[in-house]
Amino acid sequence: MASIVSYGSYIPRFRVEGGEISRVWGRDLRVGVMTKAIPGPDEDTITMATESARNCLRSVDLDLGKVRALYIGSESHPYAVKPSGTVVAEALGITPDLYMADLEFACKAGSTAIIICSSQVDSGLIEYGLAIGADKAQSSTVDELEFATGSGAASFLIGKKGIVDIESMKSYTTDTPDFWRRDVQKYPSHGGRFTGEPAYFRHVTECAELLMSTMGTEAKDFKYAVFHQPNLKFPSSVGKKLGFKEEQLRPGLLVPEIGNAYAASSLLGLTAALDASEPGDRVLLVSYGSGAGSDAFQLYVNDEIVKFREVKNSRGIRNTSSYIEEKEVLDYSIYAKYSGRYRI
Amino acid sequence: MVGPSRIWREAPSRYRFLGNRCTVCEEVYFPPRQICPKCRRASIGRMEPIQLSGNGEVVTYTVVYDPAVGHELLTPYILAIVKLDEGPRVTSQIVGAGLSEIMIGSRVKTVLRKLREEKGGGEDGGSGDGSGVITYGYKFVLDGQS
Amino acid sequence: MRKVCISGVGITKFGELWSRSYRELIVEAGLRALEDAELPGESIECLYMASMGPGMWVSQEHAGPMIAEQTGLTSIPVVRVESGCASGALALHQAFIDVASGKHDIVVVGGVEKMTDVGAKEAGSIINTMLDYEWESIFGATLPALYAMMARKHMHDYGTTREQMAEVAVKNHYNGSLNPIAHFGRKISVDQVLSSPLLADPLRMLDCAPMSDGSAALVLTSKGDVEIIACEMASSTLALHSREDITTMDCVVGSSKKAYKRAGINPSDVDIAELHDYCTIGEIIESEDLGFFEKGKGGKKVAEGVTSLNGSLPINTSGGLKSRGHPIGATGVAQVAEIYDQLIGRAGERQIELLDYGLCCGVGGSGGSAVVSIFRRR
Ligand SMILES: [Zn+2]
Repeated sequence: MASIVSYGSYIPRFRVEGGEISRVWGRDLRVGVMTKAIPGPDEDTITMATESARNCLRSVDLDLGKVRALYIGSESHPYAVKPSGTVVAEALGITPDLYMADLEFACKAGSTAIIICSSQVDSGLIEYGLAIGADKAQSSTVDELEFATGSGAASFLIGKKGIVDIESMKSYTTDTPDFWRRDVQKYPSHGGRFTGEPAYFRHVTECAELLMSTMGTEAKDFKYAVFHQPNLKFPSSVGKKLGFKEEQLRPGLLVPEIGNAYAASSLLGLTAALDASEPGDRVLLVSYGSGAGSDAFQLYVNDEIVKFREVKNSRGIRNTSSYIEEKEVLDYSIYAKYSGRYRI
Repeated sequence: MVGPSRIWREAPSRYRFLGNRCTVCEEVYFPPRQICPKCRRASIGRMEPIQLSGNGEVVTYTVVYDPAVGHELLTPYILAIVKLDEGPRVTSQIVGAGLSEIMIGSRVKTVLRKLREEKGGGEDGGSGDGSGVITYGYKFVLDGQS
Repeated sequence: MRKVCISGVGITKFGELWSRSYRELIVEAGLRALEDAELPGESIECLYMASMGPGMWVSQEHAGPMIAEQTGLTSIPVVRVESGCASGALALHQAFIDVASGKHDIVVVGGVEKMTDVGAKEAGSIINTMLDYEWESIFGATLPALYAMMARKHMHDYGTTREQMAEVAVKNHYNGSLNPIAHFGRKISVDQVLSSPLLADPLRMLDCAPMSDGSAALVLTSKGDVEIIACEMASSTLALHSREDITTMDCVVGSSKKAYKRAGINPSDVDIAELHDYCTIGEIIESEDLGFFEKGKGGKKVAEGVTSLNGSLPINTSGGLKSRGHPIGATGVAQVAEIYDQLIGRAGERQIELLDYGLCCGVGGSGGSAVVSIFRRR
């Protein structure tokens, strides 16, 4: 199967603290999110996707003409009609000989982009494809979501031979309306506790088990496991239920620092887990998209990651932890301004 | 309203620093020029595209407190003239830096950001009502970040 | 070339003239100029009018015929001239050529802008159309921001101080307080400048010219009290960033060199000058680029009082753009009106004694164009 040839991340530098949100709204609905990442008013899915993709492409020496596909999964494409990916592709200089589409499957559209790229690589249709998950997560001010929604982007360059081999992938899909946003609505709606057991837990668990049983692997075969992280509790519980220990989850669990970056959530977690990996490690990735479905991947980190990391460092390309560490905490009023919540 | 054709036309330069070079005198131009103002007619047909790095150095800067329309949410913002490593100079904002972190001579590199949102209905103003086309383009961050 | 002289000037009050319309303003200035020149309206053979952007300020393009009609001059050529903030100065340039060529004997130069009929935000956007839209404005540049970047670089390269720039505004407000038509009649202090709101660091509100309504007009003939001995124009890159040196206005250097040559004088021969202080740093830079002071010394000279009313080279005795006001199209014409009044000795409390040569420097935008004119008392 195909392989991850390179990856890059981007997290905006602004943060707002959960305590600041509860100071304003009176309620404390923090769900293990200490700070959430906030984009500047001049940032959106397109700009964040571009930055993560630039980090991704700059980490390898590659004739850009060979990148023949680009898919961006997001819940916050700036246009309802007109793709985000065309801007990103033009900014990267990989047009026009290109397969491209914007994807939407709630928080799992980014991992589905990986499946599409791998399939196109495996079929021989393309040599390289770029899969991106990016989101400027939206939430209504009075919703518990407001305590959790973050922002960011992660890009994966998929090709035949790379640094992280995709040993297997699986999707698990049902019609389960746990969370949605209708056309022209600014903020999403959700089914409250219905987003848990029948939605997140069922899909993530079933998809992971399906993958592992097919591959004959179990939790102890993986160095790290990364799950979609809408809050701290969900990925922690599902990991435990699947037999993973805390240390297997910790490196890829970014939600306490950046919140739930929707389509970038599990993918940013994966970049952090890969940053911590050594050759020979296996990593499990399970995304979750409301509506609902999960994609699961069994990944094998090969020897090439060592060289990749050296090149990336020598070029001064930032990794995920540097984005997490370098931050500027905003008070609620500036956060509201940056989020466009004042009428001008 | 600025029509989409006008934004589209400049996209390669605004998105990824596509410039050009006069092969007669070797001068590099950004944005690309039709002819070299130094060689004029001799440069016809001898201007070739060149991809610029988007890296450069701050020549001068200001912090804008009275913003251009459409830039209110970012105010105060740092506006700078940056000399690109390949020679040409450009004007844009420096983002993600504290107002006191920036100096003449600071090294910067490019990021893609949203520059402006048109209103859909034909009224100029640029603060955007969510219905018009979005202009993206280069801004800068201090080098060592991205 | 035939001699070109000014035989009369007219100017309206500058300021927020809520009750006055665009057309009223230019008619008033024109009438005053003709009265001053003691000429009947029917003697005018051609009309040059400067207006930076009436289509944006008052939704009225095709303003030439409107002005001709208002003044009953529909049978003569009327030419609108635009070069940003240098529009008025360029209209003089065109009228100068006209009279010098012998085509017409009596020509009127008018300049007008009505800037308060739009809201402050819209006014800012209109001002910004003088920038390079594609490569400056869209990135969040404003005209004060570009001047601020010049100021920062000038401070960095030459050690010009924030206080020295403030002294320009203090001086010009003092001069303006003696000018009955000035937008602002009040004097200000350095402290007031330094505590006014920041527009674009290091420049503050009291460093920058206001939005004014107003109009000015001149009558040019082949004989008159004051001779225009040179009127030259040069341009530079539209975008500030493309200039070789951010702190030098090439167009001012270029047009002034040509003007001195044609006039047969040196910068040191100039006795009085009206410069384009859109922002305080502008006056400092121009005073250097015109050759009055060594590069980098402009700020120091202001602080030393060299350019004050009682200094050796008074600059902006009218109050300049800062205090007299800046109705864009009228500015270049108003500068000439002040020099005319000074040279013929009727500048009242602002009068400077013993004058031979006066100079006007009009600058467009951030320095994309400039017109330098030199005048001699006859
Ligand atoms: Zn050339």
